[in-house]
Amino acid sequence: MTRCLAIRATIATLALGLLACAPAQAADTVDPAADKAAFQKFFTGKFPKLKLEDFVNGPYSMNEDLHRQWEEKEQFPPYEFSLEAGKEMFATPFKNGKTYADCFPNKGIGIRQNYPFFDEKEGKVVTLELALNRCREANGEAPFSYVKDDMAALTAYMAFTSRGKPMDIKIPNDPRALEAYQKGKEYFYTRRGQLNFSCATCHIQSPGERIRAEVLAPALGILNAMPIYRSEWSGMGTTSRRFTTCNSQIRGVPLNPQDDEYRNLEYYLSYVSNGLPISGPGARP
Amino acid sequence: MSAAIKAVLAASALLIATATCALAASEADYKAAYAAAEAANKEAGSLRNQWTTTASTLSAAKKAAEAGDFDAAVAKAKEAEALAKASIFQATSEKERWKDMEVR
Repeated sequence: MTRCLAIRATIATLALGLLACAPAQAADTVDPAADKAAFQKFFTGKFPKLKLEDFVNGPYSMNEDLHRQWEEKEQFPPYEFSLEAGKEMFATPFKNGKTYADCFPNKGIGIRQNYPFFDEKEGKVVTLELALNRCREANGEAPFSYVKDDMAALTAYMAFTSRGKPMDIKIPNDPRALEAYQKGKEYFYTRRGQLNFSCATCHIQSPGERIRAEVLAPALGILNAMPIYRSEWSGMGTTSRRFTTCNSQIRGVPLNPQDDEYRNLEYYLSYVSNGLPISGPGARP
Repeated sequence: MSAAIKAVLAASALLIATATCALAASEADYKAAYAAAEAANKEAGSLRNQWTTTASTLSAAKKAAEAGDFDAAVAKAKEAEALAKASIFQATSEKERWKDMEVR
């Protein structure tokens, strides 16, 4: 009898142990499709009145007054000059006679929604900003700063040609791609800087809330509007500028633009916004 | 003067002398404190998690030392070291803790 009880106890303990292990394993499994579903469900549940495609309008989708301001602003959008400059730059040949169109599929038109992508040859994530500078260098031109106006103008034009197209980031069946995605996710949720904030602190936990005078944007669709004209910056900003500024605002030393961490972060954030339309270039308060 | 009073006076003089020594930091103290802070900040850098405040506190320490105020320089260097160590702690503990925040 005692022996029988002992066996039962052992079996029960083993079963409990297995049960306890199961969620831990699930948490460590990389499943981008499940992540995306949970991510989008979280936001649509938090803001049930908002249509999925409206999340790309950032703080303007969170606040009625701001939304009205934005509608008025869009009649004479502040990014218009940058867009025009980008269009001209895009069409202007390099010294060797080639253009940006020669570096991209479909001559660079309507392809924004496919960036960043995982380059299986290189084994790394390639963002649109990086691809543009690689195109310049391959054609004997000096690369642009990742955080300044020229890069913003070029990406503004390319985003404009993709407006309305759903974000369509692919994760190939390659363990390196999954690792890049997972590292991007880890970066997004990791607290850093003296203020001990992660990206998620503002853009998951507090979208729609104010941080000083600003209304925080939801993480869902946050990159679909890039690049953006920010009134606070009195100018255009690229994705690289957004990431590095976020880091310094929380008193963390920013990494170099297009370091692997930022490329992976862009990969993760873009993937979980798959299906939402490209709305860039955008304008923000 | 009695021997006891002499002993008290001597002890007091010694106490004042040592207390003065402890308060006034030397350039060597500053250099040691600065090197420790810099090493900790370098470690934070290898974890890709330096804080801007560590950098600004380190430069404040340098500025104080250049002005010859080694007390302030040592205090700032120690503050920078504490900040750098906090950033190391943050980076290390976040290796697992980030999962708590994940949307699932």
